[in-house]
Amino acid sequence: MAVEVRIPTILRPYTGDQKSVEASGGSLSALIDDLESNHPGLKDRLVEDGDLRRFVNIYVNDEDVRFLGGLEASVSDGDQVVVLPAVAGG
Amino acid sequence: MLTLDRATYDGIVAHAKRDHPDEACGIVAGPEGTDRPERLVEMVNAAGSPTFYEFDSTDLLRLYREMDDRDEVPVVVYHSHTATEAYPSRTDIGLAMEPYAHYVLVSTRDHGNNDGPVEFRSYRIVDGEVTEEEVAVVDALPDHPPEHADETAEHQGDPDGR
Repeated sequence: MAVEVRIPTILRPYTGDQKSVEASGGSLSALIDDLESNHPGLKDRLVEDGDLRRFVNIYVNDEDVRFLGGLEASVSDGDQVVVLPAVAGG
Repeated sequence: MLTLDRATYDGIVAHAKRDHPDEACGIVAGPEGTDRPERLVEMVNAAGSPTFYEFDSTDLLRLYREMDDRDEVPVVVYHSHTATEAYPSRTDIGLAMEPYAHYVLVSTRDHGNNDGPVEFRSYRIVDGEVTEEEVAVVDALPDHPPEHADETAEHQGDPDGR
């Protein structure tokens, strides 16, 4: 089962500079674990203390996963996942 | 160094003054690999705050999709400080996630919504390290170098083809 995951510039060092990689998993959580197995270090940039990092946005088919159950959001074959760091500051 | 055309510079300053006392934020997009800030995109500060800014997550996705479609990158990421100097705060540094962007800070603390000069400064922020850079404002960005110089030369050549 393949899901396209779009990787932002700042995280491309983890993916050998690829803009998009494939991963699989029935939930966002499983998908991130699969990503981690192929691109070690990536999970820590997305997840903190068992929850999504506050300033990282993840979208499944253009919907912010915060509205889809966060890490429990379901993901299926053919979906597109986009990772975008927040543009924010003080 | 960051080189901006006058209209873009004025646009950023006007946005910062208009949104004062809340922080204003936005980007200037440009073709990937050119470092040319060509297209000013004002964003809504979803935090609506005098001490914090954040792009709305839906707006953020739309913006990055649009830039992707146009082969653009965020050449400049700008925001204003409304009560402090135009220098990145600790939060700004911790959340800076565009290693190739020029981070522009405008301070409206002196004149608020009114006419009058602002502090306008630019930085690179990479791995928590801040490097200030010079800002040059020009009437217009320099032209692109011709992409097909050879073809151009042919067109300008002998009409008999010699």
